[in-house]
Amino acid sequence: MESTYVNKDEEIDRLINDLKSNGALDYGFHDNINPVYSTGKGLSRQVVEEISEIKKEPDWMRRIRLHAYEIFMSKPVPTWGPDLSGIDWENMTYYSSPDEVKATNWDEVPKEIKDTFEKLGVPEMERKYLAGSIAQYDSEGIYNSLKKEWEDKGVVFMDLDSALKRYPDLVKEYFAKAVPPSDNKFAALNVAVWSGGAFLYVPRGVHVDMPLQTYFRINGEATGQFEHTIVVADEGSSVHYLEGCTAPVYSKDSLHAAIVEYYVMKNAHGRYTSVQNWSKSVYNMPTKRAWVEENGNMEWVGGSLGSKITMIYPSSYLRGRNATTSNLNIALAESGTVKDTGAKAIHMAPNTSSKIIAKSVSLGDGKSIYRGLVRINKDAVNAKSHVQCDALLINDESVSYTMPHDEIYEPTANFTHEATVGKIGTEELTYLRSRGLSEDEASSLIVLGFLDDVMKEIPMEFAVEMNRLVKLEMSKMGAVG
Amino acid sequence: MILEIRNLSASVEDKQILKDVNLKIGGGEIHALMGPNGAGKSTLGNVLIGHPDYKITGGQIILDGKDITYATPEERARAGLFLAFQSPVAVEGVRISTFLRIAYSHLHPDEKIVISEFNKRIKEAMKTVGLDESFISRSVNDGFSGGERKRFEILQMLILKPKMIVLDEIDSGLDVDALRMVAEQLKRYFSRDVGYLIITHYQRILKDIEPQFVHVLVNGTIAMNGDKSLSDKIEENGYDWLKEVA
Ligand SMILES: Nc1ncnc2c1ncn2[C@@H]1O[C@H](COP(=O)(O)OP(=O)(O)OP(=O)(O)O)[C@@H](O)[C@H]1O
Ligand SMILES: [Mg+2]
Repeated sequence: MESTYVNKDEEIDRLINDLKSNGALDYGFHDNINPVYSTGKGLSRQVVEEISEIKKEPDWMRRIRLHAYEIFMSKPVPTWGPDLSGIDWENMTYYSSPDEVKATNWDEVPKEIKDTFEKLGVPEMERKYLAGSIAQYDSEGIYNSLKKEWEDKGVVFMDLDSALKRYPDLVKEYFAKAVPPSDNKFAALNVAVWSGGAFLYVPRGVHVDMPLQTYFRINGEATGQFEHTIVVADEGSSVHYLEGCTAPVYSKDSLHAAIVEYYVMKNAHGRYTSVQNWSKSVYNMPTKRAWVEENGNMEWVGGSLGSKITMIYPSSYLRGRNATTSNLNIALAESGTVKDTGAKAIHMAPNTSSKIIAKSVSLGDGKSIYRGLVRINKDAVNAKSHVQCDALLINDESVSYTMPHDEIYEPTANFTHEATVGKIGTEELTYLRSRGLSEDEASSLIVLGFLDDVMKEIPMEFAVEMNRLVKLEMSKMGAVG
Repeated sequence: MILEIRNLSASVEDKQILKDVNLKIGGGEIHALMGPNGAGKSTLGNVLIGHPDYKITGGQIILDGKDITYATPEERARAGLFLAFQSPVAVEGVRISTFLRIAYSHLHPDEKIVISEFNKRIKEAMKTVGLDESFISRSVNDGFSGGERKRFEILQMLILKPKMIVLDEIDSGLDVDALRMVAEQLKRYFSRDVGYLIITHYQRILKDIEPQFVHVLVNGTIAMNGDKSLSDKIEENGYDWLKEVA
């Protein structure tokens, strides 16, 4: 165990070197690809109708969209968290499609788009680590693949639009059930204008032992991305679904309001990992929720990097006896960014348990807020929950708040909460520097060390990405202390 | 390599600790620094490595003719200076292998490091200093016992190969075997290019690795310089007589 970890460490070093020499680490580039179809700026009932029409959807979907649109219009922009007044609703493009491609082979993908994904290392990752992958470019999934082995076992993995065409009933059964449009304004918006996202169905008893991944790329300026993802781990199955995201650097703000609905059936095991590195012009407002049935287990692993404002609270609804969940979350609040992140666990049945570990690092004047909810319903006998929030501040302007919210209605429940706030200490920095490490190196190592227990849980390529970003941020900041 | 400390005065939290300290340590020389608790010995070590909490209020530190009085800790380390800390701090989550590799690459920029070979070297050194190989994937000093921390300081010296070495109570808190090991390694590592400043309260280590020079720091000032016999005298009579001199 220990020694494999050293190897992981080495592997990360090696990967970083490789990537550097390929010049693959600058995500800020943007491609000169003009959308083939776009609904233009702004949102109206008509735009919603138009999206549905382009997609030639069943009528029930069109009606859900329109219903969601009404909810979206009626709900105010939430004011209980970070300042969202900068979102320019009128000048946003809500749907933009690069091309009418649905490739199953990279060679069928238009060259420029393929080049983009090549630069991001997606096809290579697919070959090496994944059971299947989807690539989404702006609003549309443009590439789907699933290794034959899993297709033969009945696994379905494709972008949600394609799934809606091929498995309409299956999609209808799960669409907007765990996350209904009434949940919040951004969820309503998603349901109204959703496009792309993944649909993953794992049949009973099937254990998919390699992860499946979707890679999202926003290319257009001031474009919204509203993918909707549904994962169903049917009884006794297990699956690991990964997401990665990037967007180029633009001056005008973009909005990412995704929905992830994860259904973990009886005795099933679901895992969801995402490391999001949005450019600093993106408002990242996804709603992610899992329903976990009897004996089911759901693991959330997330890293939030970049973006202007991120508000993300993956939730587990523990609906059946003995359902369990864990939530590991890293937020890196770089200068000029706000990370309002956390987790929710709703205990609705006896013997359910939840564990939430949130780690945040605030750099420069970055602000990180932990906002969480643990609710233990009456009759969730012997439910257990542990929440741990650790924050690390890099300098005097960095800010961190913890806002846990606990509602415990069951007297037999066991609930514990721990929170720590630390600063990078002079003693530790000096010790490392006295052995020749530069101040940047010493502080990145300390930051990465602080995140270490979560880094162990994330896949290699994401660990590399985190590693690289922390180092980059530290070197940008220059002197710390 | 020559380390020259000239009229060095330093304060911490506005409290003057060191006053006009003078010392000169050359390659191939072993110096011992003794003195009562709170005299300023560790302060001197910290000032030498450029610890930012310690303020130099006068004087100079010269390493091989180069003024490093205001150099950063990393510049000093890269110039060959090394302090084995009296109480090494734990750095959570920073793995020893990574830490040493980065340190080494700065101290020996011309050498190419092959990770697997370098790790092998660390593991061998671990054996030498009596740490289990598994320590290589542990975090720096994290959860180490007092003695393990001291052993790890010696390991770092052996791996990083500095030239001017200050050992702050390397002999405190060690068991008999560890003490013997430390003395042995210090002797083995010693050469004409290496200088030692051994800060200690005890005769024991000085028997194994005999200093040519002994200095006594009292109240932030060098109260007396001498040879090995000075340490014998302190062993017998304590420091009170020197306080009167100082
Ligand atoms: N960081 C600090 N903050 C406040 N006071 C300090 C600090 N470092 C040292 N001092 C003070 O400076 C004086 C000298 O301390 P120092 O640690 O240098 O003594 P020493 O000679 O090493 O003693 P010992 O033999 O006990 O190790 C003491 O009074 C100590 O309290
Ligand atoms: Mg001391």
